[in-house]
Amino acid sequence: MGEFKVHRVRFFDYMPSGIRALAFNGDTERMAVARMDGSVEIFHCSDRFFQEKIIPGREQCGIEGLSWVGERLFSAGLNGGITEYDLTNQKVKYTIDAYKIPWYTFLVGCEDGTVKLFEVNEDKIQFERNLDRQKSRIVSLSWHTSGSKIAAGMMDMIQIFNVETGHSIHRMLADRGVGTSRSKECVVWSVVYLSDGTIVSGDSVGMVKLWDDQTGTLIKSHNVTKCDVLALSVSQNEDSLVAGTSEGTVVQFQFVSMVLGKDDKEWVRTRTFKNHTHDIRAVAEITTAVVSGGMDAQLVVKPLLDKIEVRSAASALRKIHFPHRRLVFCARNSGLMLFQYPGHLELWRLGESEGKGSSLFVKRNPEKLLHLKVKGEDHIRCSAVSPCGEWIVYSTASSLRLYRLHYQRFLFLFFQISKLPKVLSSANQLCFSSDSSHLFSASTQSSVHIVSLSQSGCKFVGTLKPKSGSHQAIHLLAASEDGEWLASANSDHEVHIYNLQTRKAHCTVPVYSSAVTAMGIHPTTNCLFMMYADQQMCEYSIEQKQYTDWSRTVQRKGLHRLWMERDTPCLNVMFNPQNPSHVILHDTYMLCIIDQSLPLPDDKTQFYNQLTLKSLTEDQRKSHSHAFKVCKTFKDILCVELISDQSLVVVERPLEDVATQLPAPIKQKKFAT
Amino acid sequence: FRFVLCTSGDSVKVYSTRTEEWLHSLQGHTNQVTGIALNRANHLQVYSCSADGTVKLWDFIDGILIKTFIIGYPLFAIYVSEKHDGIVFLHIAMDTDSKNECFQLVAVHLPKSAEQEVEAKELSAVSSRISPNPSCTAFGREGQYIAFARHLQLNVYFFRKQKTYSFSLKATDKKGAKNAFTCIACHPADDCIATGHEDGKIRLWRNFIHTKEYTYSTQHWHHNAVNTLCFTPEGTNLLSGGIESVLVQWQYGAGNRKEFLPRLGGSILHVSTSSDGQLFCTSHSDNKITVIESSFKVCGVIQGLVKGDAVLTDLMIDPRSKALVLNGKPGHLQFYSLMRDKHLYNLDIVQQEYIYEAGLDQFEVVKAAFDINGYWLATVEERGQKSSDLEFVLKLWAYDERTQSFVLNTTITAAHTDRIISMCFSSSEETTMLVTTAEDGQFKAWCQGADADTQQDQSFWSCEFVGSYHNLKPTNCSFSADSSLLAVNFQEVITIWSPDTWELLTTLCQPPGVVRDLCFGRLSCSKYLIATTTRNLLCCWNLLTCALEWSTSVEVSKLQPDPLSENVAAFSYQSKHTDLFVFKPSEPRPLFTHKNMCSEKIHRAVFVPREEPLNNCDESSQWLNRSQLYFLTQNMDLLTFSTATEEDRMLSSSKRLVIDDSVAVTPFYLLLGKHRQQQQKLNTPSHPAADKPQQPQGSVTITELLHTPAHVLPAASVLCSMLVSSLLISNTGVRKDPLREMESSEQEMNSEKEEEHSEEEMEACDSQQELRAQGSVDEVTPKLSKAQERELKRIRKTDFSWMTGLIDSKP
Repeated sequence: MGEFKVHRVRFFDYMPSGIRALAFNGDTERMAVARMDGSVEIFHCSDRFFQEKIIPGREQCGIEGLSWVGERLFSAGLNGGITEYDLTNQKVKYTIDAYKIPWYTFLVGCEDGTVKLFEVNEDKIQFERNLDRQKSRIVSLSWHTSGSKIAAGMMDMIQIFNVETGHSIHRMLADRGVGTSRSKECVVWSVVYLSDGTIVSGDSVGMVKLWDDQTGTLIKSHNVTKCDVLALSVSQNEDSLVAGTSEGTVVQFQFVSMVLGKDDKEWVRTRTFKNHTHDIRAVAEITTAVVSGGMDAQLVVKPLLDKIEVRSAASALRKIHFPHRRLVFCARNSGLMLFQYPGHLELWRLGESEGKGSSLFVKRNPEKLLHLKVKGEDHIRCSAVSPCGEWIVYSTASSLRLYRLHYQRFLFLFFQISKLPKVLSSANQLCFSSDSSHLFSASTQSSVHIVSLSQSGCKFVGTLKPKSGSHQAIHLLAASEDGEWLASANSDHEVHIYNLQTRKAHCTVPVYSSAVTAMGIHPTTNCLFMMYADQQMCEYSIEQKQYTDWSRTVQRKGLHRLWMERDTPCLNVMFNPQNPSHVILHDTYMLCIIDQSLPLPDDKTQFYNQLTLKSLTEDQRKSHSHAFKVCKTFKDILCVELISDQSLVVVERPLEDVATQLPAPIKQKKFAT
Repeated sequence: FRFVLCTSGDSVKVYSTRTEEWLHSLQGHTNQVTGIALNRANHLQVYSCSADGTVKLWDFIDGILIKTFIIGYPLFAIYVSEKHDGIVFLHIAMDTDSKNECFQLVAVHLPKSAEQEVEAKELSAVSSRISPNPSCTAFGREGQYIAFARHLQLNVYFFRKQKTYSFSLKATDKKGAKNAFTCIACHPADDCIATGHEDGKIRLWRNFIHTKEYTYSTQHWHHNAVNTLCFTPEGTNLLSGGIESVLVQWQYGAGNRKEFLPRLGGSILHVSTSSDGQLFCTSHSDNKITVIESSFKVCGVIQGLVKGDAVLTDLMIDPRSKALVLNGKPGHLQFYSLMRDKHLYNLDIVQQEYIYEAGLDQFEVVKAAFDINGYWLATVEERGQKSSDLEFVLKLWAYDERTQSFVLNTTITAAHTDRIISMCFSSSEETTMLVTTAEDGQFKAWCQGADADTQQDQSFWSCEFVGSYHNLKPTNCSFSADSSLLAVNFQEVITIWSPDTWELLTTLCQPPGVVRDLCFGRLSCSKYLIATTTRNLLCCWNLLTCALEWSTSVEVSKLQPDPLSENVAAFSYQSKHTDLFVFKPSEPRPLFTHKNMCSEKIHRAVFVPREEPLNNCDESSQWLNRSQLYFLTQNMDLLTFSTATEEDRMLSSSKRLVIDDSVAVTPFYLLLGKHRQQQQKLNTPSHPAADKPQQPQGSVTITELLHTPAHVLPAASVLCSMLVSSLLISNTGVRKDPLREMESSEQEMNSEKEEEHSEEEMEACDSQQELRAQGSVDEVTPKLSKAQERELKRIRKTDFSWMTGLIDSKP
């Protein structure tokens, strides 16, 4: 497997942002997730919850609600704007000011007690009218499927509005809590209007209440928790309801007939899931699972076993902590690391060590060279550092900035390149060529701009455009070592290969049903190695424009069951320069070296066989070893990078550290503690 | 009237929920009764099934056996459902060897015939995957389906579709939960099955006609296995109980809302509700039934002889109340009246809250001793028997005349440096002295001394003498009858000390073999000292000559001298059964031997002095004239010997009872007929009470009064005085009954205690040396032998007749 010197980096203080809202689009199977920092992420539910798109947020931009209209995504925030997103280019399309809109989407409840009705037009939304103004603020809203009635959750009460007249039909008072909480008003955090006329409300007293909209009376109430019920979501066929509480539990209710075979059904509390430590701010029930997210910044996908036909790795419990994008970049030749935070960049120099053995003595501590704050309110979308360490580039939604670093022994110079070509106004993905002479910037319509860099400045060289004419944004770029090839992957799962000499599209890798999560071009054979979200892997020979023999063998024999059951995507592909048959991969939980010269394991062989191999003699080892060598020494890996002196940089972000930086959860008495 | 029925050995007992009195028992089974179920068609009838292979139908109000159905296999549980008329469901063992624990559920069609005994041979198997635990099977709504669980699988069988749905749980999950099913209950109106689990969870299953879309909700309060679940008849509440001895009432459909009824006693084994939901009833592991109102208040306790895990103390007789004293509730001593077969009260020794949880090391009373007057009680409590750090406390209790109870006088925390092995009080009347022997090689004498430090009039106990002998470990100690000698044995050596001067008088030794038990002879034989050794030797020394009088080779596990006669009872355990020898120390021949008495080793026995001696001339039973021998087997069965005449007496009285009971019952009869009965009984020549009471006149007066037509009766004022006078006479008449006297005195003494009723008594009846030991293997519910019950019945009757006058006088 080979020996590596490993830099174990734990000083990247990345904090994932808490989840604020969820919206599920059943037609496209996409889940939109809004975070506290204003970013919106799109997950593909049937593709193992791969994070397809990230729309970075802005300063002071809190999203309070998310909603899909067809394939269009809208959000409403506390700053009083309704925002529509351009999903192909992963940016904000436009924002309309609706005067202090706190909560819901294009049918908007306002902090000042009005419900505003907006019409969704072809390319814009238009204010239609106000419904009756109320005294208290509106916290939650829900449409009846007929479109004629709206239920609004407010302080201490729920109101039903007739949309046509704009008048309130019913006012239903929610009880306050008992004891000391008597004096606090009861906030109806969430309402759901079912098609049969039942209104479900979740409130700050911890009750889930069922109301009849004809009479405006309470049908049933369930005490779910001692704290708040913050989120409610109903399944598409309205036979199941989930409620998220501030204790971190998700409670499921099911519409079950009390007497078997008869139609009189009732909502019955059934299962309870506890996968969160903090408040659950959003829940959504998708076809086969319950998705929940909250203050602890993890997205939990809890499968509902009764809805799943075949149990497989795709239907396992899934917890998504970190983005499926790279946040750490390494300057391979100079030992520098660039950390991308939402609002700033940090540049670190790696430490040095001496000695031998399993743990080395640190000669020089790692050193923070640079703290670069973003100009403007927008958050960073992507960034990159050149392999030589001289160039740093980052892009927000509106601007792109390139910096040049120059450092002698003790002198450190840093200046911004001021004159940039006009095409470099914004980028979806950035990448340097291996000799640091060119910058590749992925732009709109899946095109890539090439800029050559030199001491004097930068010069626009040309634009690469795919033949297919896809408009989706590129999320991955990979340049070959010899500077001949560039590969780009976009959200349509297309992978295009360009010849940099001729600046023309060379070929397109056959489109696979799953998204590419990582790719790399082999330095000697110029084969493109791709990892997919469903844990499949492919090797594509660029020169021959076809899959390699090894790749075909993998497809024919299939991968090991344990490999396929991993629940995080591979995030980087590297090649060991000393042994060309070694491919190094990593995901959040492991580091893996694939030795292409060894036989592939089948389902009967032991997959994690490092310990068994150790106990065998040299001869037996050969017959037992297989291509996958997995190292589980590291946990919660954000990035693994191979740098030039044959050492690995492993950037870890232990989840315990993340948990300590979160606010304290609600205290709960636990039995026997 | 409302009744609680419970199975008890080979009978079913009927109790009144209002008075907690035992009414009668349904007898007729020849083996253990394993299940009872009310007949849904007639709510005054009950089915019972037994391991003897029969199902019997009873009228439980009158205690009449209506029908017997012979099934032919040992039966282990019975279920009935209102929709299945004439069918009962039974658990029978699949294989003959019970090790496999293979049980099957069969439906039996009960033939409709007029005969008393019918053979029911129409068996049809419902399922063979049945748990041996009867509470793991339950009928669903309107008897449409039956739910049964075994290990980790829940099965629901629908009768109409004849289809079984199965649902499995994982054995363990990440949190280490134990998911095995322990009990099941079905909602009476909804299709909802509640299941209890080993880790204390309760799951409510719904939608169980789908193999995939079934769903359940989980509730968790119990920290240990849920023993029992029961829905109230309306289905609004679910009751659950477990080892915590807390009855939990869950509101159905309201999630977590629940009510608790804590500190009910032992762990809850069963819960049942009355058909109108007004009363709940829990049975506990410590031989108790609690009756609870639907408002969640305890309204009655039916307590038997408290059954703990083990009896660590000796069996003792409280010299004052003549009650049997032994371990009761954890940390308590129980006082149990053998005469009335009634639990009197518990004395809290440890005075700490006992936590009902498995695996906790808590204080237990291990030793107790009374002095001869019953004025002092010494107790030893211990904790940490299993671990190395042993804690023990010696406590001395004085009897307080005012409160009629024992009051703590002295607590000695470090009486010895190691565990106390035995202790005894000196038997002299003047000075009371306690001797304790311990594993630290010392014996100590404790006296009640006027301590100079304490200014109070109360005097506390302090150590007077510490004795040891060659650093050997003392095991037993005993005072001679006049307390002039103290014998302490140090392994093989018996040392005789003078308690006045604390001088070692002599040593006696008969090696090999360590002395296991020793005692002095009583009365005319008080010059003898008897000891048994581990090498199967029973020795008798004459203390005047300090020489061995006689010895015989017999393996004796327990020596028990009778305080009122010279007799000594020796229990010998040989080749897996126990023999009893009764002998006088003066002669090596036994007075009485009983071979093969029971199959267990006897470690606890006591002679209970009789209220008045019998004049029994029969050679073999003469030794029982002055006191009765009770002994405790390892299964916590309390056995005794009785004489032929006693047995006859009980039989004759009970026969009459049966005849009387079969006479048509009218309200007047209830009041008067039984009274008449008692007169008859009191008049019977066979009655042993020597001083026959006066013929009570009262009842005759009343009868005349009632039989005379109203229009010829004298004025009411005249009648009134007549009535009052009749009342007085009847009272005195009854008072003269010695039994009655005893009872009333006891009632006075224990006025504070709850009204309880109790049993757990087995009696081995013997006249021609035929002893019938009714073995009960894993009996939870208490037992009562026929003879004992009859006695009880008699007592009850006495009570009742006494009331007659009172009730009658009111109008």
